[in-house]
Amino acid sequence: MAPAAFPMSRRSLLSMIGAVAGPAVMYQAMTELAFAGESGFTGPIALNGAPKGASVLILGAGLAGLVAAYELRKAGYEVQVLEYNSRAGGRTRSLYGGDAYTELGGFTQSVNFDPGLYFNPGPWRIPHHHQALLHYCKTLNVSLESFCQVNYNAFVHASSAFGGKPQRYRHVNADFNGHVAELLAKVADQGRLDEAVSLQDREALLEAMRQWGALDKGYAYKKSLLTSNRRGFEVDPGGGLAPPPTASDPMALTDLLQSHLWTSIAAGHHYEFQSMVFQPVGGMGMIAKAFAREVGPLITYDAKVTQIRQDGGGVTAIYVDARTGGGAARRAHADWCVCTIPASVLGQIPMNVGAAMQESIDALYYEASIKVGLQFKRRFWEEDEAIFGGITYTDQPNAMIGYPSSGFLTKKGVLLGAYAFGPHAYELSSMPPGDRIAPVLDWGARIHPQYRHEFETGVSVAWHRVPWVLGCSAIWTSDLRALHYENLCAIDGRIVLAGEHASRLPAWQEGAILSSLDAIVRLHQRVVGR
Amino acid sequence: MALGLLAGSTRAQEINAYSKDIYAGRFPQQSGETIYRAICQSCHMADGKGAIGAGAYPSLANDPRLSAARYAAAIVANGRKAMPWFGGPLSDTQIAAVVGYVRTHFGNRFEDPVSPAEVKTVRLPAPSDDP
Repeated sequence: MAPAAFPMSRRSLLSMIGAVAGPAVMYQAMTELAFAGESGFTGPIALNGAPKGASVLILGAGLAGLVAAYELRKAGYEVQVLEYNSRAGGRTRSLYGGDAYTELGGFTQSVNFDPGLYFNPGPWRIPHHHQALLHYCKTLNVSLESFCQVNYNAFVHASSAFGGKPQRYRHVNADFNGHVAELLAKVADQGRLDEAVSLQDREALLEAMRQWGALDKGYAYKKSLLTSNRRGFEVDPGGGLAPPPTASDPMALTDLLQSHLWTSIAAGHHYEFQSMVFQPVGGMGMIAKAFAREVGPLITYDAKVTQIRQDGGGVTAIYVDARTGGGAARRAHADWCVCTIPASVLGQIPMNVGAAMQESIDALYYEASIKVGLQFKRRFWEEDEAIFGGITYTDQPNAMIGYPSSGFLTKKGVLLGAYAFGPHAYELSSMPPGDRIAPVLDWGARIHPQYRHEFETGVSVAWHRVPWVLGCSAIWTSDLRALHYENLCAIDGRIVLAGEHASRLPAWQEGAILSSLDAIVRLHQRVVGR
Repeated sequence: MALGLLAGSTRAQEINAYSKDIYAGRFPQQSGETIYRAICQSCHMADGKGAIGAGAYPSLANDPRLSAARYAAAIVANGRKAMPWFGGPLSDTQIAAVVGYVRTHFGNRFEDPVSPAEVKTVRLPAPSDDP
């Protein structure tokens, strides 16, 4: 399939701002464009004084539902959870060897990874400022380890740049910074910035450019041991009678600019991806398992909700066996309901809420995204290329290759072979799972030829085909937020909604948790206030 | 204009997680069949019969609602509930092509063609970009 044409986007624009102007300006631009923001977690909640016998029905056992169950039970409520799947966690999961995954259309994939290896088809990294999620990891004893986001030795790759040969992030980053520093130093030195920069500031700017870009005394970025200390050496320093280090050749500015590889070097500047980033030891699924240890007994699994009714006496959910889609209809009843069913599914379930909430649910649809996990016989990226964790970015449809941040220098490993959005995600999702691996291997082999010999087994999760969410995450625009966001989050009678879709951090686990905490605090206030 | 801003590059995805990249770029496919195979099939399936899980993707097979060509075009162009908005990633010509394809396959026999000009008349304004 041919890649679609990509015009300049705000994201590309921000990439360029980040690459050119550095994180500070980038952050300012992001803030102005409303991308970045605090997590909003103000510390653990403590709900007290639930009336004796007060009950809450929670629909959905993803992170929002699990947090609600955990906190409301602690507050003294009688809690029951209905979950469509046979497991807790929702999008928070990992696929391990021995698992089977059936997507819509009836396609079942067996996961054949070796013991100890896994793949996170959904969330895979936890920013250090996602304090709510970190709080629950700590509380539930989920071990964390570092997730390598930026790896200077990973690649940036564009099919049409440098003959399609992947370039080391280190080279592109150092050369881009150096060339830009040299250009800026030149115009500053020629007095061309006098309107913007005072004489005093000009001196500081010149020195800053020299240090930032590894420029020489004449403010030039060129081949030297100084610049090689940024971009790496032709021959590394050695010991004993080894030859002295040799400087490497920077890329020419024009080659670098025309390669457009600079679009890929700013990712780590972004708020969510700034060090430290974490991952749970053993896979994101460990968070789900930890919550299930706490509130598992409250959960009814394999429950497909078919109707939600509220009246003066409470809320009733009708559900059937999700495995057969039929059988006897069962009822779950409680005084109140926290509904975390994704809007894409909830919009299809009859529920007597007001028009404002219903319209807000109906206004959301979910993004296309696909991830592919590939197990290889040996960790060639480590053995042959010294890439330990981190991400290679490519303009091919697979978009990324994510290297595992654990198990270094062991025998086998699982790569994230594709993490696609947009048209490419639709195109890959449309294929039967068995057909998706081959093109992903082709794209990967253009960066790592070892793919051909070392591939063993793979699995893909196309989020539009995930039976219980119908997409990756809710899509909000400013217009939709203005029209519907408050209505989506407001309590309607005895029902309140929660989940990443009811947050300002869509697609993030933190958004789901913050949404849940906000919803149950308001619900509790309403209960206690009555 | 909004579409230009909305169109994202896969290389730039990482700027912030995942928000609105359904709009990312455009689809190169031009014939109704290739567009169906690249997009619609991911949810409505190869046989057009949809699928059922916790929610459902409606079947397009033997669907009397498709007798109204402009209705079908409007759904594709503007989305409806869980059905995404394709007015950005697809041109009027592409939408006309794929609507024509669905209306003449999967047991549907609605031979009157849909023109790109008709698609244009059912388009709603593009969503704004700012999250």
